[in-house]
Amino acid sequence: MATQVFGAPIPRREDAALLSGTGKFTADLHPANAAHVAILHSTEAHARIKGIDTSAAAAMPGVIRIFTGADVVNKMMPLVCIFKPAGVETHFPPHPYGLPGAQTALATDRARYVGEWLAAVVAETRQQAYDAVAAIRVDYEPLPVLTSAEDALRPGAPQLHDSVPGNLCAHVSHGDKAAVDEAIAKAEVVVKQKLRIPRQLHQANETRATVAQYDEDTQEYTLWTNTQIPHGNRFMICNLVLGIPYNKLRVLVPNIGGSYGSKGYLYQDAPLLLVIAKEVGRPVKWVDTREGLPRTTVHARGQVQYATLAGNRDGKITALSVTNYVDLGGYPATNGPATPSILTGRSVTGAYVIPHPFYEVYLAFANSVMLGPARGAGRMEAMLLIERLVDLFAGEIGMDRAEVRRKNMVQPDQFPFENGLGWTYDSGNYVAALDRALEMAGYKEIAQRKAEARKRGKRLGVGIGSYVTIGGVGPSSRMGREGLIGSVWGTAILRVHQTGDITVITGCQPHGQGQVTTFSQIVAQELGVPIEKIEILHSDTLGMPYAQGSYGSRSFSVEGAAVYEAAQHIKEKAIKVGAHLLKAEEKDVTFADGKVQVNGDAAQAKTLQEIASALWFDWDIPPGVQPGLEVTTYFDPTDFNFPFGSHVAVVEVDEETGAVEVVKYVCVDDVGVVGNPMVVEGQMHGSVAFGFGPALMEEVIYDQKGQLVTHNFDTYPVPRPSGMPNFELERTVTPTPINKMGAKGAGDVSNPAVAPAIVNAVCDALSDLGVKHIDIPLTPEKVWRAMQGK
Amino acid sequence: MPSKSPVSTKEAELATTGEFSLSIKVNGHPHETVVPSDLLLVDYLRDTLSLTGTKSGCDTGQCGACVVLVDGVSVKSCTMLAAQASGCQVTTIEGVSHGGVLNALQKSLSEKHAVQCGYCTPGLVLSLTDLLSRNPHPSESEIRGWIDGNICRCGVYQNVVRAVESLTAEPH
Repeated sequence: MATQVFGAPIPRREDAALLSGTGKFTADLHPANAAHVAILHSTEAHARIKGIDTSAAAAMPGVIRIFTGADVVNKMMPLVCIFKPAGVETHFPPHPYGLPGAQTALATDRARYVGEWLAAVVAETRQQAYDAVAAIRVDYEPLPVLTSAEDALRPGAPQLHDSVPGNLCAHVSHGDKAAVDEAIAKAEVVVKQKLRIPRQLHQANETRATVAQYDEDTQEYTLWTNTQIPHGNRFMICNLVLGIPYNKLRVLVPNIGGSYGSKGYLYQDAPLLLVIAKEVGRPVKWVDTREGLPRTTVHARGQVQYATLAGNRDGKITALSVTNYVDLGGYPATNGPATPSILTGRSVTGAYVIPHPFYEVYLAFANSVMLGPARGAGRMEAMLLIERLVDLFAGEIGMDRAEVRRKNMVQPDQFPFENGLGWTYDSGNYVAALDRALEMAGYKEIAQRKAEARKRGKRLGVGIGSYVTIGGVGPSSRMGREGLIGSVWGTAILRVHQTGDITVITGCQPHGQGQVTTFSQIVAQELGVPIEKIEILHSDTLGMPYAQGSYGSRSFSVEGAAVYEAAQHIKEKAIKVGAHLLKAEEKDVTFADGKVQVNGDAAQAKTLQEIASALWFDWDIPPGVQPGLEVTTYFDPTDFNFPFGSHVAVVEVDEETGAVEVVKYVCVDDVGVVGNPMVVEGQMHGSVAFGFGPALMEEVIYDQKGQLVTHNFDTYPVPRPSGMPNFELERTVTPTPINKMGAKGAGDVSNPAVAPAIVNAVCDALSDLGVKHIDIPLTPEKVWRAMQGK
Repeated sequence: MPSKSPVSTKEAELATTGEFSLSIKVNGHPHETVVPSDLLLVDYLRDTLSLTGTKSGCDTGQCGACVVLVDGVSVKSCTMLAAQASGCQVTTIEGVSHGGVLNALQKSLSEKHAVQCGYCTPGLVLSLTDLLSRNPHPSESEIRGWIDGNICRCGVYQNVVRAVESLTAEPH
C-alpha cells in the first residue's frame, strides 16, 4: 500500500455519531413499556436496619412495586470480589468467592456506608419513582462509625463483618523485609515521609445506567449497561450471582460517557434489575444521578503511606520500605483490593534500581463507599511516593534532583530489569526522556526565573515526575498468580467477506479511546484494505467468545495485538489460496498492497476480495483448505509492558494567597510504537488532566459521622479549561518486545507523573521556607498554611 | 436569558393547574402541547421529543452536557423549565447537522481530536456555536473561559482550543 495508515494521525471514525448527537448512550435507550427504577440509599454510615416501611410509598401515584433486601435475598447471591491475594485456585469457584465480606444487592439487616442500597422503587416515570423513594421510612439503629483504615484496625474497634476479625480484609507484602531493614540500618542517609493520598472520584460526565429486560416466552434476559466488562458481567451474573443459564443472558454496551476505571465492575444494578424485570414482567431502567454517583460508584486512590528511603551520600539509593493503610470501604469491590496490593505494591520502586525494596499494605474495611482503581490506578499513588522520597533524599544529601534520578534510573543495558517487587520492565531509556523533559522546561534557567518571579510576588518552583507504569494487562497465568480470576488475553474475530468488506469483532470495550479507528488502522495496514471497508464491532456478548474489555492500558497492546495477529493468519491463508488460484508455488508469491502477487510479476495477482470470494463461494479451493476467510485469534502476552517517561512542572505560588498556578507543563512519554499519534496525544491530555485534579483540588471528604461531604460538582471541583496550561507533549519511542507491533499501553500511562511533578515543584518553590512536604490536594489554604509554618 | 421569557398570564396558568400549555419550536419544528409545569427543558427534549442528543450530566447546571440554544443563546437546559422556553426557538444538537453531514465546527473538532467519549460533545458544540456567533475570532483565553462551564473529564480542552483556532484562522 502506498500510504502508511498505521501510525498516521487520522481523525476518528467514532466522531461523526458523537458530534451529531446520534450516538446512543444507555440513558438514551427506552424499550417499549419500560418502567423506571429509583434507589433508596442509606443515610447512615453504619446502622442496624430495624425496619423499612414502604406502605406510604407503595400507595403513591405510578408506583408499580417496591423491593427491599428481604424480597430479593433468596433470588440472588452476593456480589463478587474476584481478587484473592494467595492466587486463584480455580476459575469455577464456589460463591461467595474471593475476599470475605461480599455485598448483597440490597442490604438486609445492616448498612455499612452512606449510599448503600436499601430498596428499589419501580414506577411508571422516573419522577414518580424518586418521589416514592422519598416516602419510604427506615428505622435505623446507629452503630459506631469507622472513618479510616487505621481507625478500623485499632484494637477494640467495632466489627463491620463477623467473618472479618479486626476489620482486616487482607495483609499483602512484597520483598524481603529483614534484608530491607538491615540495608536501612546500614545506610548513610535515611529519609522518612508519611503521605496521605485522599480518595478521588472519577466523576465521569455520564453517570452509571442500566436497562434490563426479560422475555417470558424465551426465558432470555437482555442487559444494556455502561460497563467496561460486558463479558465479565455476563459471567459473574449468570454463574455466580443469579444462577441463570449462560446462554440466556445477552449483555450490550452502548456508548459510554467516560469511565476512567469507574465502570469496570459488577455493581448491584445489573443483577438486581434483571431480577426486577422478571418479577414485574416489564423492561426496567435505572439512571443514576450526579448526587447518587459518589454514593453508588467506587472511589479511588485513598492510601496512607509510611515510607522510608535509604541511600548513600554519593546519591545511590539502597533501600525502600513502605507500609500502606487502605480503607476498602464497607465491602470489597469486584477487583478493587488489587489496586493497592499489586498496582501500587509492585510499582513503588518507580524508574529506579533499588537493591532492597519492601512493600506491605493493610486492607481494612471501614464505613465508606467501596474502593476501586482510577486512571493511573495504583501507579499514581506509587509514583507520588517514590518521587517525593527521591526529592527529599536529594535535599538531604544536597544533590541536584535530576542528578539523583540519573544516578539511580534503570539504564538501557539493564533490560529486562527485575525491580525486586515482582515487575520485569521490558524496555526503555529513562534518562533520555528525563533529559529531554528538563531541556523543554528550561531547567537550567530556573534560578533566574525564580528571582524574576519573586519581584511579582510569586514563588516559582520546578518539579520532576519520572515514572514507569505497568500497561498491557495482562498475561493470563501471571494474573492468576496475582489472585485475579479470569483470562486476560486479547480476542479478535476477523472476517473477510466475499465482497472484500471486513468485519472485526474485538474483545475490548471502547469508552472514548478510539479503538474503532486505531484497530481499523491495524487491519488496513496489514491487509492493504481501505479503512472504509472495515467495520469494528464490540460491546455485545452475542456471537463473541468470552473477552475482557478495556482497562489497565490494555486495549491497543493486547486486544489490538490480537487484531494484528488475526490479520497475519488471514494473510497466511490468503497466500496459500492465492498461490493456488495463480497456479504458483506458495514460495513464489507475496502478500502486498491487499493482493497476493507472483514475485517479479505484479500483474499476476489476486486481490484479497477475489481470494475471499473463492473461499466463501467454494469455487476453487486447494485440497486440505477449509472454506471461508475468517479467523478467531487470542493473544496472550508473555508479560506486561512498561511505558515510562518524565514530566516537569513549573509552578508559581502566590505569596499572599498560597494559590498554585502551573505555568508550564512538559511531558516526555514513551508508549512504544503508536497506531495513531493524535489519539495517543489525546489520551495523554486526558491522563494529565486527570492528574491535575487530585494534585490541586480533588479530594473526597467524609465527616466524623461518615457522611459524604463531597457529593456533586459544587463540593467536589474538577479541572476546568481555564485552570490548566497547554501541556507540551513529546514522545520517545522504545518498542516493547512483548507484541509484534512494539506498542505499549497508553490509556492511563502518563497520569502517575502529574501529582509528583506538581507537588515537587511547589515544595521547591517553598524550600527556603523550610517546607518539605504538603499532602495533595495543594489547595491555596494548605499551601498558605505550609508557608506560614501552621 | 432570552428576551422572549414567559408572560405573566402563562405564569398564572402554571400556578393553578400544575400544567402548562407549551408552544415551542425545536430545530424548526413547531410543537403545541400541554406539559407539567415543573418539567425541565432537558427532560422535555429527551423524554417527550426523544431528542436524546442533548445529554444530562448533573441536573445542577455544573457540567454543561445539556447545553442547547434558546433563541440562539446557549442555555443549560437542566436549569430552565420547558415552560420558560415557550414562544422560543430551541436548537439541539440534532438541529446542527443534517443527514450525517457535519458542519465546519464539528469537522474541525473531529480533525483536531477534540472528541473522546463524546458525552460532553453536543453541549460543547452548542456552547461554541454561541461563542462563534458573538466572537468570530476568539483568543485562547476567551475560548477556555467560554467553555469553563463544559466539563470534559476526558480532557479535550486543549484540542478544543486548537479546533476553534484552526477554524477561525481559515477563510470560510
